[in-house]
Amino acid sequence: MSATTPYLKPGLAKPVAAGDGLDAPFWDGLKEGKLVLQRCNGCGKFQWGPEWVCHRCHSLDLGWAETSTEGILYSHQRIWHPVHPALAEQGPYIVALVELPAADNVRIIGNLVGDPMQPLEIGSAVRAVFEHHPDDDPPHTLLQWEVV
Amino acid sequence: MSDRTLRGKVAVAGVAETEYYKWGRSPDPEFKLAIQAILKACENAGVDPRDIDGFSSYSNDRSDASRMSAALGCKELSFASMQWGGGGGGGSGAVANAAAAIATGQAECVVVFRALAQGQFGRFGQGPRSKVVSGPAAHTLPYGLMSAAHQFAMKVNRYMHDHGVRQEALRAISLAAYHHAQANPRAVMHGRPLDEAKYDESRWIVEPFHLFDCCLENDGAAAMVLVSAERAKDFPHPPCYLLGAVSGSQHRAGATVHNTPEYASSSFPTVAPRLYNMAQVGPADVDVLQSYENFTGGVMMSIVEHGFCTAEEVNDFLTYDNLVAPSGKLPLNTSGGNLAECYMHGLGLNIEAVRQIWGQSTSQVPGAEISMVTSGPMVTPVSCCIFGSEATL
Ligand SMILES: [Zn+2]
Repeated sequence: MSATTPYLKPGLAKPVAAGDGLDAPFWDGLKEGKLVLQRCNGCGKFQWGPEWVCHRCHSLDLGWAETSTEGILYSHQRIWHPVHPALAEQGPYIVALVELPAADNVRIIGNLVGDPMQPLEIGSAVRAVFEHHPDDDPPHTLLQWEVV
Repeated sequence: MSDRTLRGKVAVAGVAETEYYKWGRSPDPEFKLAIQAILKACENAGVDPRDIDGFSSYSNDRSDASRMSAALGCKELSFASMQWGGGGGGGSGAVANAAAAIATGQAECVVVFRALAQGQFGRFGQGPRSKVVSGPAAHTLPYGLMSAAHQFAMKVNRYMHDHGVRQEALRAISLAAYHHAQANPRAVMHGRPLDEAKYDESRWIVEPFHLFDCCLENDGAAAMVLVSAERAKDFPHPPCYLLGAVSGSQHRAGATVHNTPEYASSSFPTVAPRLYNMAQVGPADVDVLQSYENFTGGVMMSIVEHGFCTAEEVNDFLTYDNLVAPSGKLPLNTSGGNLAECYMHGLGLNIEAVRQIWGQSTSQVPGAEISMVTSGPMVTPVSCCIFGSEATL
Protein backbone atom coordinates (compact mmCIF):
# COMPACT_ATOMS: atom_id res chain seq x y z
CA MET A 1 0.00 0.00 0.00
CA SER A 2 1.02 3.63 -0.31
CA ALA A 3 1.41 6.28 2.36
CA THR A 4 -0.78 9.38 2.25
CA THR A 5 1.59 11.60 4.22
CA PRO A 6 5.34 11.48 4.71
CA TYR A 7 6.46 9.98 8.04
CA LEU A 8 9.32 12.40 8.69
CA LYS A 9 9.38 16.14 8.22
CA PRO A 10 11.03 17.25 4.95
CA GLY A 11 14.66 18.22 4.69
CA LEU A 12 16.67 15.02 5.11
CA ALA A 13 18.93 13.89 2.27
CA LYS A 14 16.99 12.17 -0.51
CA PRO A 15 18.14 8.77 -1.77
CA VAL A 16 19.57 8.42 -5.25
CA ALA A 17 21.01 5.32 -6.91
CA ALA A 18 24.70 4.70 -6.33
CA GLY A 19 26.98 6.27 -8.93
CA ASP A 20 28.08 2.83 -10.11
CA GLY A 21 24.46 1.71 -10.49
CA LEU A 22 24.75 -1.03 -7.90
CA ASP A 23 21.36 -0.45 -6.25
CA ALA A 24 19.48 1.31 -9.09
CA PRO A 25 16.88 -1.49 -9.66
CA PHE A 26 15.86 -1.24 -6.00
CA TRP A 27 15.09 2.47 -6.17
CA ASP A 28 13.36 2.08 -9.55
CA GLY A 29 11.23 -0.71 -8.09
CA LEU A 30 10.12 1.37 -5.13
CA LYS A 31 8.81 4.08 -7.45
CA GLU A 32 6.56 1.40 -9.03
CA GLY A 33 5.38 0.20 -5.64
CA LYS A 34 7.47 -2.98 -5.81
CA LEU A 35 10.09 -4.37 -3.45
CA VAL A 36 12.88 -5.48 -5.80
CA LEU A 37 16.05 -6.92 -4.26
CA GLN A 38 19.27 -8.41 -5.55
CA ARG A 39 19.10 -12.15 -6.24
CA CYS A 40 22.00 -14.25 -7.45
CA ASN A 41 21.50 -15.93 -10.82
CA GLY A 42 24.14 -18.48 -9.82
CA CYS A 43 22.61 -19.90 -6.64
CA GLY A 44 19.18 -18.26 -6.62
CA LYS A 45 19.62 -16.66 -3.18
CA PHE A 46 18.78 -13.09 -2.24
CA GLN A 47 21.47 -10.86 -0.76
CA TRP A 48 21.17 -7.39 0.76
CA GLY A 49 22.73 -4.83 0.71
CA PRO A 50 23.62 -5.28 -2.90
CA GLU A 51 27.15 -6.18 -3.93
CA TRP A 52 29.04 -6.91 -7.14
CA VAL A 53 29.59 -10.55 -6.19
CA CYS A 54 27.45 -13.18 -4.48
CA HIS A 55 28.91 -13.82 -1.03
CA ARG A 56 27.71 -17.44 -1.15
CA CYS A 57 28.80 -18.74 -4.59
CA HIS A 58 30.98 -15.89 -5.92
CA SER A 59 28.89 -15.57 -9.07
CA LEU A 60 29.25 -12.19 -10.71
CA ASP A 61 25.88 -12.72 -12.41
CA LEU A 62 23.66 -10.88 -9.95
CA GLY A 63 20.04 -10.42 -10.94
CA TRP A 64 17.06 -8.71 -9.36
CA ALA A 65 13.70 -10.09 -8.29
CA GLU A 66 10.49 -8.75 -6.81
CA THR A 67 9.78 -10.14 -3.37
CA SER A 68 7.00 -10.15 -0.79
CA THR A 69 6.30 -6.97 1.14
CA GLU A 70 5.59 -8.93 4.31
CA GLY A 71 8.31 -8.95 6.97
CA ILE A 72 9.14 -9.51 10.62
CA LEU A 73 10.34 -6.78 13.00
CA TYR A 74 13.93 -7.90 13.72
CA SER A 75 14.87 -4.88 15.85
CA HIS A 76 13.84 -1.28 16.36
CA GLN A 77 14.80 2.04 17.87
CA ARG A 78 12.79 5.01 19.06
CA ILE A 79 14.92 8.10 18.37
CA TRP A 80 14.45 11.20 20.53
CA HIS A 81 17.45 13.45 20.06
CA PRO A 82 17.45 15.28 16.70
CA VAL A 83 20.83 15.25 14.95
CA HIS A 84 19.62 17.14 11.87
CA PRO A 85 17.89 20.54 11.67
CA ALA A 86 15.02 19.00 9.67
CA LEU A 87 14.12 16.88 12.70
CA ALA A 88 14.30 19.65 15.30
CA GLU A 89 10.48 19.72 15.63
CA GLN A 90 9.92 16.08 14.72
CA GLY A 91 9.64 14.57 18.19
CA PRO A 92 10.30 10.86 18.68
CA TYR A 93 10.28 8.62 15.62
CA ILE A 94 10.85 4.94 15.02
CA VAL A 95 13.38 3.19 12.79
CA ALA A 96 12.69 -0.49 12.11
CA LEU A 97 15.01 -3.26 11.03
CA VAL A 98 12.82 -5.70 9.09
CA GLU A 99 13.66 -9.29 8.24
CA LEU A 100 12.19 -10.65 4.99
CA PRO A 101 11.44 -14.39 5.25
CA ALA A 102 10.49 -14.60 1.55
CA ALA A 103 13.90 -13.23 0.56
CA ASP A 104 16.21 -15.57 2.47
CA ASN A 105 15.84 -13.48 5.64
CA VAL A 106 17.76 -10.47 4.40
CA ARG A 107 17.13 -7.32 6.45
CA ILE A 108 16.09 -3.86 5.34
CA ILE A 109 15.67 -0.49 7.06
CA GLY A 110 12.65 1.81 7.16
CA ASN A 111 10.50 3.80 9.53
CA LEU A 112 7.68 2.12 11.42
CA VAL A 113 4.70 4.34 10.64
CA GLY A 114 1.87 5.12 13.05
CA ASP A 115 2.02 6.33 16.64
CA PRO A 116 5.67 7.04 17.52
CA MET A 117 4.91 5.87 21.07
CA GLN A 118 3.40 2.56 19.95
CA PRO A 119 4.69 -0.50 21.78
CA LEU A 120 7.55 -2.19 19.92
CA GLU A 121 7.67 -5.98 19.86
CA ILE A 122 10.52 -7.81 18.16
CA GLY A 123 8.95 -10.55 16.05
CA SER A 124 5.86 -8.55 15.08
CA ALA A 125 4.52 -9.06 11.57
CA VAL A 126 4.94 -5.93 9.45
CA ARG A 127 4.17 -4.99 5.85
CA ALA A 128 5.61 -2.43 3.49
CA VAL A 129 4.17 1.04 2.93
CA PHE A 130 5.45 2.87 -0.14
CA GLU A 131 5.98 6.56 0.57
CA HIS A 132 6.11 8.26 -2.84
CA HIS A 133 7.71 11.64 -3.39
CA PRO A 134 7.07 12.11 -7.15
CA ASP A 135 7.27 15.90 -7.07
CA ASP A 136 10.46 16.05 -5.02
CA ASP A 137 13.84 16.90 -6.53
CA PRO A 138 14.93 14.25 -7.28
CA PRO A 139 11.73 12.14 -7.31
CA HIS A 140 12.04 9.10 -5.04
CA THR A 141 10.11 6.59 -2.95
CA LEU A 142 10.87 5.58 0.62
CA LEU A 143 10.08 2.09 1.91
CA GLN A 144 8.22 2.31 5.21
CA TRP A 145 6.66 -0.39 7.39
CA GLU A 146 3.55 -0.80 9.51
CA VAL A 147 2.60 -3.41 12.06
CA VAL A 148 -0.02 -5.78 10.62
CA MET B 1 54.62 -22.76 21.14
CA SER B 2 54.53 -20.80 17.92
CA ASP B 3 56.79 -17.78 17.69
CA ARG B 4 54.04 -16.09 15.67
CA THR B 5 52.98 -14.03 18.66
CA LEU B 6 53.48 -10.59 20.13
CA ARG B 7 53.54 -11.95 23.67
CA GLY B 8 56.32 -10.34 25.68
CA LYS B 9 58.09 -8.89 22.66
CA VAL B 10 57.20 -5.23 23.07
CA ALA B 11 57.08 -2.84 26.04
CA VAL B 12 55.52 0.52 26.76
CA ALA B 13 58.12 3.19 27.47
CA GLY B 14 55.90 6.22 28.02
CA VAL B 15 52.37 7.57 27.74
CA ALA B 16 50.78 11.01 27.76
CA GLU B 17 47.78 13.05 26.80
CA THR B 18 47.19 16.75 26.25
CA GLU B 19 44.73 18.62 28.37
CA TYR B 20 41.30 17.31 27.45
CA TYR B 21 38.74 19.84 26.21
CA LYS B 22 35.06 19.80 25.46
CA TRP B 23 34.49 19.51 21.69
CA GLY B 24 35.39 22.67 19.85
CA ARG B 25 37.15 24.18 22.88
CA SER B 26 40.75 23.34 22.00
CA PRO B 27 42.83 26.48 21.69
CA ASP B 28 45.15 24.59 19.36
CA PRO B 29 44.66 22.98 15.94
CA GLU B 30 44.58 19.22 15.67
CA PHE B 31 48.13 18.69 14.38
CA LYS B 32 49.55 20.78 17.21
CA LEU B 33 47.59 18.70 19.72
CA ALA B 34 49.15 15.55 18.24
CA ILE B 35 52.63 17.09 18.51
CA GLN B 36 52.04 18.04 22.14
CA ALA B 37 50.88 14.55 23.10
CA ILE B 38 53.81 12.89 21.33
CA LEU B 39 56.38 15.22 22.91
CA LYS B 40 54.86 14.64 26.35
CA ALA B 41 54.86 10.87 25.86
CA CYS B 42 58.53 11.01 24.87
CA GLU B 43 59.26 13.12 27.95
CA ASN B 44 57.34 10.60 30.06
CA ALA B 45 59.53 7.85 28.62
CA GLY B 46 62.80 9.77 28.68
CA VAL B 47 63.08 9.20 24.93
CA ASP B 48 64.49 11.75 22.47
CA PRO B 49 61.63 12.46 20.02
CA ARG B 50 64.21 12.37 17.20
CA ASP B 51 64.58 8.65 17.87
CA ILE B 52 60.95 7.90 17.00
CA ASP B 53 61.08 5.95 13.76
CA GLY B 54 57.47 4.86 13.43
CA PHE B 55 53.92 6.18 13.75
CA SER B 56 50.75 4.15 14.10
CA SER B 57 47.21 5.48 14.22
CA TYR B 58 43.62 4.64 13.29
CA SER B 59 40.25 6.02 12.29
CA ASN B 60 41.80 8.00 9.43
CA ASP B 61 43.70 10.29 11.76
CA ARG B 62 44.50 13.45 9.83
CA SER B 63 47.95 14.01 11.38
CA ASP B 64 50.05 12.44 8.65
CA ALA B 65 53.00 10.33 9.77
CA SER B 66 55.50 11.75 7.29
CA ARG B 67 54.58 15.32 8.19
CA MET B 68 54.89 14.42 11.87
CA SER B 69 58.29 12.78 11.36
CA ALA B 70 59.53 15.87 9.52
CA ALA B 71 58.00 18.27 12.04
CA LEU B 72 59.75 16.54 14.92
CA GLY B 73 63.06 16.24 13.09
CA CYS B 74 63.13 12.48 13.47
CA LYS B 75 66.29 10.85 12.19
CA GLU B 76 64.35 8.59 9.84
CA LEU B 77 60.94 7.06 9.24
CA SER B 78 60.82 3.25 9.32
CA PHE B 79 57.12 2.54 9.79
CA ALA B 80 53.88 4.39 9.06
CA SER B 81 50.61 2.58 9.59
CA MET B 82 46.91 3.41 9.51
CA GLN B 83 44.43 0.84 10.79
CA TRP B 84 41.34 0.68 8.59
CA GLY B 85 37.94 1.32 10.13
CA GLY B 86 36.19 4.11 11.94
CA GLY B 87 35.33 5.03 15.48
CA GLY B 88 37.59 3.59 18.14
CA GLY B 89 37.79 0.11 16.63
CA GLY B 90 41.47 0.59 15.88
CA GLY B 91 42.64 1.76 19.29
CA SER B 92 44.27 -1.53 20.19
CA GLY B 93 44.77 -2.43 16.54
CA ALA B 94 47.15 0.50 16.18
CA VAL B 95 49.03 -0.87 19.21
CA ALA B 96 49.11 -4.29 17.52
CA ASN B 97 50.44 -2.83 14.27
CA ALA B 98 53.14 -0.84 16.06
CA ALA B 99 54.10 -3.88 18.13
CA ALA B 100 54.25 -6.11 15.06
CA ALA B 101 56.62 -3.65 13.39
CA ILE B 102 58.91 -3.67 16.43
CA ALA B 103 58.73 -7.42 16.96
CA THR B 104 59.65 -8.11 13.33
CA GLY B 105 62.53 -5.66 13.21
CA GLN B 106 60.84 -3.10 10.98
CA ALA B 107 61.11 -0.30 13.51
CA GLU B 108 62.69 0.48 16.88
CA CYS B 109 60.56 3.11 18.57
CA VAL B 110 56.96 3.56 17.43
CA VAL B 111 54.46 6.10 18.68
CA VAL B 112 50.78 5.19 18.72
CA PHE B 113 48.70 8.35 18.74
CA ARG B 114 45.26 9.84 18.10
CA ALA B 115 44.32 13.53 17.88
CA LEU B 116 40.93 15.17 17.56
CA ALA B 117 39.86 18.79 17.18
CA GLN B 118 36.17 18.67 16.35
CA GLY B 119 35.90 22.46 16.33
CA GLN B 120 38.33 22.43 13.43
CA PHE B 121 36.83 19.49 11.55
CA GLY B 122 33.19 19.11 12.62
CA ARG B 123 31.35 17.03 15.20
CA PHE B 124 30.76 13.30 15.23
CA GLY B 125 27.30 13.34 16.77
CA GLN B 126 25.56 15.24 13.99
CA GLY B 127 23.95 13.96 10.82
CA PRO B 128 25.31 14.92 7.39
CA ARG B 129 23.73 17.91 5.68
CA SER B 130 23.83 16.91 2.01
CA LYS B 131 20.80 17.27 -0.28
CA VAL B 132 21.03 13.76 -1.71
CA VAL B 133 22.68 10.56 -0.50
CA SER B 134 23.81 7.43 -2.34
CA GLY B 135 25.44 4.11 -1.54
CA PRO B 136 24.76 2.20 1.70
CA ALA B 137 23.86 5.43 3.53
CA ALA B 138 20.96 5.97 1.08
CA HIS B 139 19.30 2.96 2.70
CA THR B 140 19.43 4.43 6.22
CA LEU B 141 19.87 8.20 6.25
CA PRO B 142 16.53 9.22 4.62
CA TYR B 143 14.81 7.33 7.47
CA GLY B 144 16.57 9.46 10.07
CA LEU B 145 19.16 6.76 10.90
CA MET B 146 22.28 8.89 10.70
CA SER B 147 24.34 9.03 13.91
CA ALA B 148 26.55 6.52 15.66
CA ALA B 149 23.88 6.07 18.35
CA HIS B 150 21.36 5.14 15.64
CA GLN B 151 23.85 2.78 14.03
CA PHE B 152 24.15 0.71 17.21
CA ALA B 153 20.92 1.05 19.19
CA MET B 154 19.16 -1.74 17.30
CA LYS B 155 21.98 -4.18 18.05
CA VAL B 156 21.61 -3.45 21.75
CA ASN B 157 17.81 -3.58 21.69
CA ARG B 158 17.93 -6.98 20.01
CA TYR B 159 20.51 -8.23 22.52
CA MET B 160 18.55 -6.97 25.52
CA HIS B 161 15.41 -8.60 24.10
CA ASP B 162 17.11 -11.93 23.42
CA HIS B 163 18.77 -12.17 26.84
CA GLY B 164 16.44 -10.26 29.14
CA VAL B 165 19.02 -7.58 29.94
CA ARG B 166 17.67 -4.74 32.08
CA GLN B 167 18.44 -1.03 31.78
CA GLU B 168 20.13 -1.19 35.19
CA ALA B 169 23.04 -3.13 33.64
CA LEU B 170 23.74 -0.26 31.25
CA ARG B 171 23.31 2.23 34.09
CA ALA B 172 25.94 0.45 36.20
CA ILE B 173 28.53 0.91 33.43
CA SER B 174 27.84 4.64 33.34
CA LEU B 175 27.85 5.02 37.14
CA ALA B 176 31.20 3.24 37.44
CA ALA B 177 32.79 5.49 34.81
CA TYR B 178 31.52 8.67 36.46
CA HIS B 179 32.63 7.39 39.88
CA HIS B 180 36.18 6.87 38.62
CA ALA B 181 36.21 10.27 36.89
CA GLN B 182 35.66 11.97 40.25
CA ALA B 183 39.13 10.77 41.31
CA ASN B 184 40.77 11.80 38.02
CA PRO B 185 41.61 15.50 37.71
CA ARG B 186 42.20 15.09 33.95
CA ALA B 187 38.62 13.97 33.44
CA VAL B 188 36.25 16.34 31.69
CA MET B 189 33.51 15.16 34.10
CA HIS B 190 35.70 15.57 37.21
CA GLY B 191 33.56 17.33 39.79
CA ARG B 192 30.32 16.31 38.05
CA PRO B 193 29.20 13.10 39.78
CA LEU B 194 26.35 10.91 38.57
CA ASP B 195 23.84 8.94 40.62
CA GLU B 196 21.01 6.57 39.81
CA ALA B 197 18.32 9.24 39.94
CA LYS B 198 20.21 11.61 37.67
CA TYR B 199 20.76 8.80 35.17
CA ASP B 200 17.13 7.67 35.29
CA GLU B 201 15.84 11.21 34.82
CA SER B 202 18.19 12.03 31.96
CA ARG B 203 16.66 12.35 28.51
CA TRP B 204 16.63 9.59 25.94
CA ILE B 205 19.01 10.04 23.03
CA VAL B 206 17.68 6.90 21.40
CA GLU B 207 16.19 4.02 23.35
CA PRO B 208 17.89 2.21 25.10
CA PHE B 209 20.52 4.97 25.45
CA HIS B 210 19.98 7.75 27.94
CA LEU B 211 22.25 10.79 27.70
CA PHE B 212 24.68 9.18 30.17
CA ASP B 213 24.96 5.99 28.08
CA CYS B 214 26.66 7.98 25.32
CA CYS B 215 30.31 8.92 25.00
CA LEU B 216 31.49 12.49 25.21
CA GLU B 217 32.75 14.51 22.28
CA ASN B 218 36.16 16.02 22.99
CA ASP B 219 39.23 17.70 21.63
CA GLY B 220 42.74 16.64 22.56
CA ALA B 221 45.39 14.08 21.77
CA ALA B 222 46.95 11.00 23.33
CA ALA B 223 50.13 9.08 22.61
CA MET B 224 52.11 6.07 23.77
CA VAL B 225 55.71 5.10 22.99
CA LEU B 226 56.46 1.44 22.24
CA VAL B 227 59.90 -0.20 22.14
CA SER B 228 61.24 -3.75 22.04
CA ALA B 229 61.02 -5.81 25.23
CA GLU B 230 64.82 -5.91 25.56
CA ARG B 231 64.67 -2.22 26.38
CA ALA B 232 61.74 -2.49 28.82
CA LYS B 233 63.89 -1.66 31.85
CA ASP B 234 65.66 1.34 30.30
CA PHE B 235 62.85 3.73 31.18
CA PRO B 236 61.58 5.47 34.33
CA HIS B 237 58.52 3.22 34.80
CA PRO B 238 58.16 -0.39 35.92
CA PRO B 239 58.31 -2.66 32.88
CA CYS B 240 54.96 -2.99 31.11
CA TYR B 241 54.80 -5.62 28.40
CA LEU B 242 52.29 -6.24 25.67
CA LEU B 243 50.98 -9.77 26.17
CA GLY B 244 48.69 -9.75 23.15
CA ALA B 245 46.95 -7.50 20.66
CA VAL B 246 44.56 -8.47 17.87
CA SER B 247 41.87 -6.99 15.66
CA GLY B 248 39.11 -8.10 13.33
CA SER B 249 35.46 -9.13 13.42
CA GLN B 250 33.24 -12.16 12.81
CA HIS B 251 31.97 -13.53 9.47
CA ARG B 252 30.55 -10.73 7.29
CA ALA B 253 30.45 -8.21 10.10
CA GLY B 254 30.77 -5.58 7.38
CA ALA B 255 27.61 -6.66 5.50
CA THR B 256 25.82 -3.45 4.60
CA VAL B 257 22.36 -2.20 5.62
CA HIS B 258 22.50 -4.03 8.98
CA ASN B 259 22.79 -7.51 7.42
CA THR B 260 25.61 -8.83 9.62
CA PRO B 261 24.56 -12.43 10.35
CA GLU B 262 25.47 -12.21 14.05
CA TYR B 263 23.78 -8.85 14.44
CA ALA B 264 23.38 -8.38 18.19
CA SER B 265 27.10 -8.42 18.88
CA SER B 266 30.02 -6.20 19.82
CA SER B 267 32.02 -7.76 16.91
CA PHE B 268 34.35 -9.61 19.31
CA PRO B 269 33.18 -13.28 19.13
CA THR B 270 36.13 -14.41 17.01
CA VAL B 271 38.54 -11.71 18.13
CA ALA B 272 38.47 -12.26 21.90
CA PRO B 273 39.58 -15.94 21.73
CA ARG B 274 42.54 -14.95 19.56
CA LEU B 275 43.57 -12.36 22.13
CA TYR B 276 43.44 -14.80 25.04
CA ASN B 277 45.26 -17.41 22.99
CA MET B 278 48.08 -15.01 22.21
CA ALA B 279 48.31 -13.58 25.71
CA GLN B 280 48.02 -17.03 27.32
CA VAL B 281 45.58 -15.76 29.91
CA GLY B 282 41.83 -16.08 30.40
CA PRO B 283 39.18 -13.66 31.60
CA ALA B 284 39.59 -14.85 35.19
CA ASP B 285 43.21 -13.64 35.11
CA VAL B 286 42.34 -10.06 34.13
CA ASP B 287 42.75 -7.64 37.04
CA VAL B 288 41.27 -4.53 35.44
CA LEU B 289 39.42 -3.76 32.20
CA GLN B 290 39.18 -0.67 30.05
CA SER B 291 36.30 -1.26 27.64
CA TYR B 292 35.55 1.28 24.92
CA GLU B 293 32.24 2.99 25.47
CA ASN B 294 30.81 4.56 22.40
CA PHE B 295 27.63 3.47 24.18
CA THR B 296 27.16 1.42 27.34
CA GLY B 297 25.36 -1.32 25.43
CA GLY B 298 28.54 -2.02 23.49
CA VAL B 299 30.49 -2.40 26.73
CA MET B 300 27.89 -4.87 27.97
CA MET B 301 28.23 -7.05 24.87
CA SER B 302 32.04 -6.72 24.87
CA ILE B 303 32.19 -7.96 28.45
CA VAL B 304 30.12 -11.02 27.57
CA GLU B 305 32.00 -11.75 24.35
CA HIS B 306 35.30 -11.58 26.29
CA GLY B 307 33.98 -14.21 28.70
CA PHE B 308 33.69 -12.18 31.91
CA CYS B 309 30.10 -13.39 32.31
CA THR B 310 27.46 -15.05 30.17
CA ALA B 311 24.62 -13.16 28.51
CA GLU B 312 22.25 -14.61 31.05
CA GLU B 313 24.44 -13.38 33.95
CA VAL B 314 24.60 -9.76 32.75
CA ASN B 315 21.95 -8.43 35.14
CA ASP B 316 23.73 -9.92 38.14
CA PHE B 317 27.29 -9.20 37.03
CA LEU B 318 27.02 -5.66 35.70
CA THR B 319 26.46 -3.85 38.99
CA TYR B 320 28.09 -0.73 40.32
CA ASP B 321 29.74 -2.65 43.15
CA ASN B 322 31.29 -5.15 40.76
CA LEU B 323 32.65 -2.50 38.40
CA VAL B 324 34.35 0.02 40.72
CA ALA B 325 37.98 0.02 41.85
CA PRO B 326 39.53 -1.13 44.04
CA SER B 327 37.06 -3.65 45.43
CA GLY B 328 34.94 -4.71 42.43
CA LYS B 329 35.17 -8.11 40.79
CA LEU B 330 36.01 -6.39 37.48
CA PRO B 331 37.08 -2.76 37.90
CA LEU B 332 35.99 -1.07 34.69
CA ASN B 333 37.10 2.12 32.95
CA THR B 334 39.09 3.33 35.92
CA SER B 335 39.99 6.73 34.43
CA GLY B 336 36.36 7.53 33.65
CA GLY B 337 36.80 6.33 30.08
CA ASN B 338 35.03 7.73 27.06
CA LEU B 339 31.93 8.51 29.12
CA ALA B 340 33.53 10.71 31.74
CA GLU B 341 37.28 11.21 31.25
CA CYS B 342 37.55 12.07 27.57
CA TYR B 343 36.56 10.75 24.19
CA MET B 344 39.93 10.50 22.47
CA HIS B 345 38.64 7.66 20.31
CA GLY B 346 39.61 5.38 23.14
CA LEU B 347 43.39 5.73 23.14
CA GLY B 348 43.02 7.08 26.66
CA LEU B 349 41.82 3.60 27.62
CA ASN B 350 45.11 2.07 26.48
CA ILE B 351 47.03 4.70 28.44
CA GLU B 352 44.96 3.98 31.54
CA ALA B 353 45.58 0.25 31.16
CA VAL B 354 49.34 0.94 31.18
CA ARG B 355 49.05 3.22 34.22
CA GLN B 356 47.33 0.38 36.09
CA ILE B 357 50.40 -1.80 35.48
CA TRP B 358 52.64 1.07 36.60
CA GLY B 359 50.55 1.65 39.74
CA GLN B 360 49.78 5.21 38.60
CA SER B 361 46.01 5.16 38.11
CA THR B 362 43.86 7.63 40.02
CA SER B 363 41.63 4.61 40.78
CA GLN B 364 44.38 2.05 41.21
CA VAL B 365 43.57 -1.64 41.46
CA PRO B 366 46.07 -2.87 44.05
CA GLY B 367 48.66 -5.19 42.57
CA ALA B 368 47.25 -5.07 39.04
CA GLU B 369 49.36 -7.40 36.90
CA ILE B 370 47.13 -8.08 33.89
CA SER B 371 45.39 -5.10 32.36
CA MET B 372 43.11 -5.35 29.34
CA VAL B 373 41.61 -3.01 26.74
CA THR B 374 38.72 -3.64 24.34
CA SER B 375 38.44 -1.06 21.57
CA GLY B 376 35.45 0.05 19.54
CA PRO B 377 32.59 -2.39 20.04
CA MET B 378 29.99 -2.91 17.29
CA VAL B 379 32.10 -1.45 14.47
CA THR B 380 34.39 -3.49 12.22
CA PRO B 381 37.22 -4.11 12.67
CA VAL B 382 37.35 -3.96 16.45
CA SER B 383 40.50 -4.69 18.46
CA CYS B 384 41.70 -5.54 21.93
CA CYS B 385 44.96 -5.94 23.83
CA ILE B 386 46.41 -7.07 27.15
CA PHE B 387 49.31 -5.50 29.04
CA GLY B 388 51.19 -7.32 31.77
CA SER B 389 53.74 -6.65 34.46
CA GLU B 390 57.15 -8.34 34.56
CA ALA B 391 55.68 -11.10 36.72
CA THR B 392 53.35 -12.17 33.93
CA LEU B 393 56.07 -13.03 31.43
ZN1 LIG C 1 25.17 -17.01 -5.51
